Amino acid sequence: MNKSVFLGALTVAGLAAGVAGAATVDDVKARGKLNCGVTTGLVGFAAPDANGEWTGFDVGVCRAVAAAVLGDPTAVEFVPTTGKTRFTALASGEIDLLARNTTWTFSRDVDLKFTFVGVNYYDGQGFMIPKELGVSSAKELDGATVCIQTGTTTELNLADYFRVNNMSYEPVPIETNAEAQQQFLAGACDVYTTDASGLAATRATFENPGDYVVLPEIVSKEPLGPLVRHGDDEWGDIARWTLNALIAAEEYGVTSANADELAASPTDNPEINRLLGTEGELGAMLGLEADWALNAIKAGGNYGELFEKTIGENTPIGLARGLNAQYKDGGLLYSPPFR
Amino acid sequence: MTTLTDPPAESFKLSMLVYDTRYRSYTFQILALIGVLLLFGWLTLNTLRNLADLGKVISFDFLGAPAGYDINQRLIEYDNQDTHLRAAFVGLLNTLLVAFLGCITATVVGVVVGVLRLSGNWLVARLMTVYVEMFRNVPVLMWIILAMAIMIESLPAPSAFRGDDPEATMKLFDSVAFTNRGVYVPEPLFSRGLGDLSIGGAFDISLDLIAIVLLLIGSIWVSRRIGRNADAVQESTGLRPRTWPKQLAVIVLPTVILLVVLGFHLGYPELKGFNFQGGTHMRNSLIALWLALSLYTAAFIAEIVRAGILAISKGQTEAASALGLRSNRIMSLVILPQALRVIIPPLISQYLNLTKNSSLAIAVGYMDITGTLMGITLNQTGRELETVLLGMLIYLLISLAISAVMNVYNNSVKLVER
Repeated sequence: MNKSVFLGALTVAGLAAGVAGAATVDDVKARGKLNCGVTTGLVGFAAPDANGEWTGFDVGVCRAVAAAVLGDPTAVEFVPTTGKTRFTALASGEIDLLARNTTWTFSRDVDLKFTFVGVNYYDGQGFMIPKELGVSSAKELDGATVCIQTGTTTELNLADYFRVNNMSYEPVPIETNAEAQQQFLAGACDVYTTDASGLAATRATFENPGDYVVLPEIVSKEPLGPLVRHGDDEWGDIARWTLNALIAAEEYGVTSANADELAASPTDNPEINRLLGTEGELGAMLGLEADWALNAIKAGGNYGELFEKTIGENTPIGLARGLNAQYKDGGLLYSPPFR
Repeated sequence: MTTLTDPPAESFKLSMLVYDTRYRSYTFQILALIGVLLLFGWLTLNTLRNLADLGKVISFDFLGAPAGYDINQRLIEYDNQDTHLRAAFVGLLNTLLVAFLGCITATVVGVVVGVLRLSGNWLVARLMTVYVEMFRNVPVLMWIILAMAIMIESLPAPSAFRGDDPEATMKLFDSVAFTNRGVYVPEPLFSRGLGDLSIGGAFDISLDLIAIVLLLIGSIWVSRRIGRNADAVQESTGLRPRTWPKQLAVIVLPTVILLVVLGFHLGYPELKGFNFQGGTHMRNSLIALWLALSLYTAAFIAEIVRAGILAISKGQTEAASALGLRSNRIMSLVILPQALRVIIPPLISQYLNLTKNSSLAIAVGYMDITGTLMGITLNQTGRELETVLLGMLIYLLISLAISAVMNVYNNSVKLVER
């Protein structure tokens, strides 16, 4: 175990050299596949379906980037990562893009040398607890046993929250969501804490979701977004603007259904024209084909479509748009202009 | 008259490095050494350069920063505002705890199983064979996870103890609670305790504990004096005076008096709020890891013990039984003391294995040094190389310390040759 970690660390260091030199976009094109880091399985965000196909909200981002760069949304190699292994995987070049409910924080951006390309889900940390315990507020959790995924920001938020509120707790560190689920369902911990979206997704997979409640308190800001390595700005731009394209597409009403039609000939909305490549040379500026954004949108639909399909109110996860609505609808989604 | 002529001076030619057998082996050894050094140098340089390219310079400053996370099992005071260094130390103590408990249990179980495997009783011997083969042929990680799963799934949650007609009750006169969060046992408390001794402001050690340990050491020393006196009497008169009542009294009486003076009583666990409060909480992660590691290692130790016993010539047993010794005394007085010489060296490596295997602790969420320093600290600070190197150094030091202690013991039992 120790040895493998060490070798892993050496490989990290060794591989990093090769990575820093070549441009990631060239590597991806040469490989013909995008290596995308996702969770080991969180229904709604990234999990293999019955046919072994990865689906989910984060998976959608991976597919959109693959479609923009390679023109093929299926040209993705999904690499499952845990909370602990994800940064090493990205830093070492094992993956090109990490789309794994990762919270954008100062130290991850600055100290760990990653570039967050945007936010694809505005989240906050919540608590889930069995109904029978009769708890209605996180303030009543003094003395509780709390299951947490180790290596996440939730661990630190939890410590802060209980310290500030002068409560004690017993942390039970856990590697993956599945293990946490097992312990929580068996009653080995009273509370399971992670991002509210993750709680909703986990709860949806329970046999009796109704027996569990998510407490109203949201104790932290968790802007989740995809990230890339520092130092390769071209690749960062591609990922950033692919995400923006999905958001802008929703704003301008470009969907997977009408995108082809809108791209056939210039429309009277110049913003759409530039986005879909019928006007200007935005694709060439990124070093991609002119239809890069069109492909990205067709991969899984615009932001709103992707949301509704994977985690929206009509899915078992049942998340409302909330903060993740367009700015026009009172949310925080706001894509910079395409020009 | 003889003339001494100098032997013709041999001039050293470069080709002799390869063709002269006197130098050849050195040549190749030095070449190989240079090659190895170059390889390591290249690896180190490359690593350092790549880290510098990534903007990461090797630095251990992060150890002084507040850790920010909590650890459930702490043998010393720790909260989330303490430093990463202290968090690592908490983890180190947890590693040492499970290694210590594991080594003792593994030795006891291993010796018993090893002896029983040679038993004349067919059933017992076969059962032990099954145990040994089962445990040493399945990876220890599986055993750890299995032990944890059994604890979680088969024992009741604390909520089952609640209500007028609870599904589960506390065992042993309401003093011990077996739950799927671990076992809560009564804890020793002192109502007139002596307080704590602070060492450099960093650690507190209970003075009560020190007092009890010192007293016990003193008592045992006195009791051994009594034993030695009895030996002397036996040597001179041939009659051994009865010593055990005196020895027992010397050990038990002062201890009891000290405990009464300190106001010793037991604190019982009680269900309050979400969990049992009070008492000592042995977490299921500790129990699962401890059991799995010791049962796994015991299987190997059993084989070592068996080999050690079989290495002692059968003549020894026969001679001992000709002298009229019973079979269990033959084992404890004649066979095992000799077998120890064969057993100790491989036993050391089993202890080392157990200690190193304890790094699998994260599988059950036990916060050992791998879980704290090389787990959460690594993750929160992003200092892979530093934490892992530090972790390796710590494991190396632990292992060397175990080896050193065991080697001292080995020297004390090995055959003294003239």
